[in-house]
Amino acid sequence: MRIVVKPEVCMGCQICEIWCLVAHSMSKDILNAFLLEKPRAKPRIVVERNPSEYLILQCRNCEEPKCMFACISGAIYKDNGVLKYNEEKCVSCLSCVMACPYGAVKFEDGKIVRCDLCNLDPVCVKVCPNKALEVVS
Amino acid sequence: MKFLLKKDEMFSFMLPEFLVERRGDRCIKCRVCERQCGFGVHSYDEMSNTMRADEMKCVGCQRCAVMCPTKALIIRPHPSDYRPNANWTREKIQDLKKQAESGGVILTGSGCDKPYRIYWDHIVLNAAQVTNPAIDPLREPMELRTFLGRKHDKLEFAFDGGEIELVTELYPNVQIETPILFSAMSYGAISYNAFKSLAMAASEYGTLFNTGEGGLPKELRKFGKNAVVQCASGRFGVDPEYLNVAAVVEIKIGQGAKPGIGGHLPGEKVTKPISVTRMIPEGTDALSPAPQHDIYSIEDLSTLIYALKEATNYEKPVSVKIAAVHNVAAIASGIARAGADIIAIDGIRGGTGAAPKIIRDNVGIPIELAIASVDERLRREGIRNKVSLIAAGGIRNSADVVKAIALGADAIYIGTPALIAMGCTLCQKCHTGICNWGICTQDPQLSKRLNPEIASKRLVNLLKAWSNEIKEMLGAMGINAIESLRGNREMLRGVGLQEWELEVLGIKGAGE
Repeated sequence: MRIVVKPEVCMGCQICEIWCLVAHSMSKDILNAFLLEKPRAKPRIVVERNPSEYLILQCRNCEEPKCMFACISGAIYKDNGVLKYNEEKCVSCLSCVMACPYGAVKFEDGKIVRCDLCNLDPVCVKVCPNKALEVVS
Repeated sequence: MKFLLKKDEMFSFMLPEFLVERRGDRCIKCRVCERQCGFGVHSYDEMSNTMRADEMKCVGCQRCAVMCPTKALIIRPHPSDYRPNANWTREKIQDLKKQAESGGVILTGSGCDKPYRIYWDHIVLNAAQVTNPAIDPLREPMELRTFLGRKHDKLEFAFDGGEIELVTELYPNVQIETPILFSAMSYGAISYNAFKSLAMAASEYGTLFNTGEGGLPKELRKFGKNAVVQCASGRFGVDPEYLNVAAVVEIKIGQGAKPGIGGHLPGEKVTKPISVTRMIPEGTDALSPAPQHDIYSIEDLSTLIYALKEATNYEKPVSVKIAAVHNVAAIASGIARAGADIIAIDGIRGGTGAAPKIIRDNVGIPIELAIASVDERLRREGIRNKVSLIAAGGIRNSADVVKAIALGADAIYIGTPALIAMGCTLCQKCHTGICNWGICTQDPQLSKRLNPEIASKRLVNLLKAWSNEIKEMLGAMGINAIESLRGNREMLRGVGLQEWELEVLGIKGAGE
């Protein structure tokens, strides 16, 4: 499965990004996640923008994942067709960040930040007010 | 915040219309409000790490309040006001100041918002008790199917043995599954996505949408059998295929929001696809003259009606849409005699994409009175069967639909309710070309906000909900078909109306 964006109805509101952050926070509460938690959790899905354009960067859960092939420590692996990441094995070499052609893997505050597909029930898809994100298998 | 004035610019004396309240304990500074506001009200200040609001720009469309993930925003009418004065209200003073600063005609969108008497709210419906049984629409069939078009004076049959055959050749009629149609809203006035949503919903539910005067894009001609195509004073987008794919061809004479006023789609809104659909050069103003310049009399109207019938091989009903004005009954009688199959009458509260505010708020008459007097006049003259009547402008719920039909309408046009179903909040800024809900705009980024899949679903739900409610009301009256309600004014009683109003409406007072 993977998350796809319908650019014709994506309005760049970044609500997916906000709720992704909440889903990956300690408290899972939007006010606590943004106002109290330090450090603030990181969103996995990110909307890149300049004044006139925007683009959603989301993990494609590729069939032939460049990030997994590039990983030197075996921290990225496939489990039942879903890309998984084991933080304990990661040596922060950033090979996956450089290998991902979609910019979906990020390195922030000394840690790899990547989509975990929310146990196959992605929050970003469920919160999109314009149904611009959908799960396809 | 704007303090710097251009050379010829005046310092504004206006008060803000809306107050933007941000609850500090809830704001997470995610800046969704900033990205959602097409008017540029919200902004983020990095130095103080706070969200700011320029209230002078706020139109109260509530987009930010709805989209805010923590519901931190409250947008309400600005409490700062002038000294209370029954004569000089805040709105009157503000409008006057605006004109003193601009020297222009004040433009606005949507329908008349002035407190003229809303007759729907002074009419109550009947219900069956003891002497006739009420019907449960959940258990028994209830017919809302409606046929629009001219009906015969009499039908002739041939009897051949046991076989009965209809000899009379029937006039073209259009079948709709519910007596609710979508009003004329043109591609150009509303966004492509909004236009497409109306087409999709009409097609799914089995009713009609109206193209307005902006033509029908080629790729949407597959929805033609659910389209009323307009031929208005600008003649935009009219070609033989346009007329022939449609279910009904409508001649637009007037619009309830601006009777006697033409249309003006500014050049900035005439983008490439709109210019192709309207068949005018890109970027030029699309001007619809106030009158149809080939129609200065009923005879002229008849010529156009028959020209359109000729062009469509006499296979489609031709409708004539007029605004409800003082002599509407006499005008409608003339239109029926001119050969129209359908007359659509648009009341004073009908909406618009842009109109001078002074016209919108002061010209025309309420649809309730217009439809009642037209129906009465056509009956008296024995020509009611020659036309179907469609009431438009000011219908807000299913009870209004039932009351309009009982007053004599065959069907109802809904424009504003359809827009509200899609997200419109009646902020009345349609004429600015900025619509934060993606409805009344040609900005490609703003138009994306309306997903036709979702919007058409909302419209179908609206039709479904109203149709079910109409069935409930019919059942309560002990009627099982909308046909039996049509012009059945016995089902109506007036409350709090004067003698002359009851007389025009043709209904008795409650208790009579």
